[in-house]
Amino acid sequence: MDPTITLILLQDGIVNGAIYALLALSLVLVFAVTRVVFIPQGEFVAYGALTYAALDAGQMPGSVWLLCALGAAACGASLWTQRRMLPPRALARLLAGTLGIPLAALLLTRELAPLRPGVLVQALLALLIVTPMAPYLYRVAFRPLAQASVLVLLIAAVGVHLAMGGMGLVLFGPEGSRAAGFSDGSLDLGSLTVPGQSLWIVGLTLALMLGLYGFFEFTLYGKALRATAVNRLGARLVGIGTAQSGEIAFSLAGLIGALSGILIVPLTTVYYDTGFIIGLKGFTAAIIGGMASYPGAALAALAVGVLESFSSFWASAFKEVIVFTAIIPVLLWRSLRGGVVEDEE
Amino acid sequence: MMRRTLWPLPALLLCIGLPWLPWLPPFWVTLGNYIGISTIVAIGLVVLTGMGGITSFGQASFLGFGAYTTAILTVQAGLSPWLTLPLALAVSAVAALAIGAITLRLSGHYLAVGTIAWSVSLYYTFANLDLFGRNDGISAIPPLSLGGLQLIDGRLYFSVIWIGVVLAALATANLLDSRAGRAIRSLRGGARAAASFGVDTPRARTLAFVHAAMLAAFAGWLYAHMQRSVNPTPFGLNAGIEYLLMAVLGGAAHLPGALLGAGLVTIVNDVLQDLLPKIIGTQGNFETIVFGVILVLALQTWPEGIWPHIARVRPRPHLVRPDAPELPARSLPPRGEPVLSVRGLHRRFGGLVAVNDLSFTLFAGEIVGLIGPNGAGKTTTFNLLTGVDRPSAGEIEFLGRPLVGLTPPAIARLGIARSFQHVKLVPSMSVIENVVIGAHLRGHAGALRGVLRLDRAEEAQLYAEAARQLAHVGLAAFADRPATSLALGQQRVVEIARALCLDPVLLLLDEPAAGLRHTEKAELAALLRRLRGEGVTIMLVEHDMEFVMNLTDRLVVMDFGTRLAEGPPAAVRRDPAVIEAYLGSVA
Repeated sequence: MDPTITLILLQDGIVNGAIYALLALSLVLVFAVTRVVFIPQGEFVAYGALTYAALDAGQMPGSVWLLCALGAAACGASLWTQRRMLPPRALARLLAGTLGIPLAALLLTRELAPLRPGVLVQALLALLIVTPMAPYLYRVAFRPLAQASVLVLLIAAVGVHLAMGGMGLVLFGPEGSRAAGFSDGSLDLGSLTVPGQSLWIVGLTLALMLGLYGFFEFTLYGKALRATAVNRLGARLVGIGTAQSGEIAFSLAGLIGALSGILIVPLTTVYYDTGFIIGLKGFTAAIIGGMASYPGAALAALAVGVLESFSSFWASAFKEVIVFTAIIPVLLWRSLRGGVVEDEE
Repeated sequence: MMRRTLWPLPALLLCIGLPWLPWLPPFWVTLGNYIGISTIVAIGLVVLTGMGGITSFGQASFLGFGAYTTAILTVQAGLSPWLTLPLALAVSAVAALAIGAITLRLSGHYLAVGTIAWSVSLYYTFANLDLFGRNDGISAIPPLSLGGLQLIDGRLYFSVIWIGVVLAALATANLLDSRAGRAIRSLRGGARAAASFGVDTPRARTLAFVHAAMLAAFAGWLYAHMQRSVNPTPFGLNAGIEYLLMAVLGGAAHLPGALLGAGLVTIVNDVLQDLLPKIIGTQGNFETIVFGVILVLALQTWPEGIWPHIARVRPRPHLVRPDAPELPARSLPPRGEPVLSVRGLHRRFGGLVAVNDLSFTLFAGEIVGLIGPNGAGKTTTFNLLTGVDRPSAGEIEFLGRPLVGLTPPAIARLGIARSFQHVKLVPSMSVIENVVIGAHLRGHAGALRGVLRLDRAEEAQLYAEAARQLAHVGLAAFADRPATSLALGQQRVVEIARALCLDPVLLLLDEPAAGLRHTEKAELAALLRRLRGEGVTIMLVEHDMEFVMNLTDRLVVMDFGTRLAEGPPAAVRRDPAVIEAYLGSVA
């Protein structure tokens, strides 16, 4: 293998790895705060990508309607659970959050979509449409199960994944889409040409990670989230609303998922069900990283991305086998290092 | 007992007769065949997930091992399908042992997501190797035949599948009712307790995993000879997810839940696929949307699954045979001989020294109290003595043998039994089932003997012993109640009965009197004196000073991890250092 190919594969791997890293981070975050293994993350990737692609084509993305429906459902669910105690200000906040945002997204999309307002506005609009779905889903599907076991939450996540996957087919159709990138230019580095989009992906990933680091380290909400992750009961006792923490965690996950989709759709054709396998690789990275450590998960994600790109060059048919089997030596090492585990539900 | 042993008969008749009812549409028979195959897989998941607490998304892969083994051996090697059944089971069991050896030591959610990973990688292996026919799979698999009769008709095959379901259910029910099955059931809620009574918990996890994998392979074998062709799709991750949700929806902790979940999911899926295009008109994946929504709503309504809401689930009463021969008992060391000696014991957690240079000796047939203020290191000391935790330094010697480095089961085998500060009983088991776990090391039957019901004589002995110890502690009347329905104080006493089932030389009791009423405390004290009279050595941690002072022969007082005082209760009570530790200075 000559060095040029090595460099190209490495570059490919780093770009993919950056996406997996983002997903891994969001999965670790959601799991730590809510104990939900967020299987529908793949759908958020696909929704983000396809919403952005529809906007890029000057069409009205169907996901806007789903956003409105989910917002209404979340509103209904919250009204029901909080029916005994809902002061007017909280009610106003609830209505603004669950009905106002979808309405604003709907109106904006209607106005802007036919104009094709450029990649940046389209990307922001796609984020506005897809991100709020995550906290709405949390309210509708997971919050009523807050006391359930990890297993039940996991199965509920599978249910959400199935429903969103089916919905993706209805909203976006079976055809795949691609869209314009953030940059058409490229950077020449000797024999290697780095596409602008790849730089965007790596740059945004780094920026987002720094942002998350700042959020967790320096803001009250971030600290509250960390506290919830460490000890749910303890956090409640000192007045941190676990429901609110869950909502923030889901919002961040939705944002990260949608952004990942927007970033990859210029590089590869995305179908309504493409997200699942991408999300699974994020999972693999999260497990390798230990489902608890953010830097560990991010590093593991880079490794998964690089491994994937090299194995697709050497043995493309066994690409997935290699990537998913790579987890096993890591698990083995972890299990030999750690002691016997005791499951306490 | 009657009900249990007789249900397979009418079930068998139903398996053979049902599909021939004249008004039954053939389509229902087909549906029934799919339900049967799924039920077998879901039964495995009840053992694995519901009882063992191990979530697996990968059961469809084991279905694949079964199906591909028979497909390859019948099509390419020309073997008879009946001959490939044991081979399919063996291949799957070996695969499960290999996968289990790598992944089973991971904790719950790691393991669950780990199963996703190997399931995906096995799927792509099936789909990319020539041996498995790549994506096209293997076709022209011969049908099963019985004395010249080819079982191609769906109605004939219905009988095969459902006899298979009955056999799988019987084998699993037998397993769960055996010594090995108790070890699996003890994994949820009481794994640490089970280990301290000699249950090899990693082995129990492996057994559950292999059992579930073999059932899935059996289902795969049935599937291959029903479809007469195999391809990778039904063995992928999505299928694995579907089996898991069948088990969880039906009620993962209950065998009938497997049938219920498999039936519901298969029928609802089918109805939706049939109905929705008629209502909505367009072809789409509407059924998955509706299915997903129903699933979430069902879990929100019945997080424990549906079965416990249909049937009132209670532990089955256990028929105890008092005439069963008593288990051999070990001979206790003569009174006054040193039993346990601890020298220079240390345990540091980072900067915190929980146990600091602790030394004491226990002599056979005495009751010693280990007391001290909260956080003095008493429970940590118990954990060090029983192998749950390893000392940072120091020696522990029991009957002349060093204990440091031994696992909890190995220490239990030497004759040290304990109870726990936070009660560790298995919630889904009855009182006597929990107690009989204590006698685990006094039985020998393995899983196979359990499945084949060859362990009855030994089981009768174990249960008779458990009943005897329950009577010993005065809880015989509660034997068949669910363990967690008792008052907390009584649950502590159940733990003592369980400890006595080990036939212990040394009994370590962590706050046995907490939560007991006055008369119950008096009964407990009488029981402990009686045990002392029989030659058992007892060490107890307790905060009730009246109880401790009246009962014990000697006290060891701890404070901040160190030994503050030691001696007879009357002397310790006057010790100024002890008074200061308990009441503060200038009291």
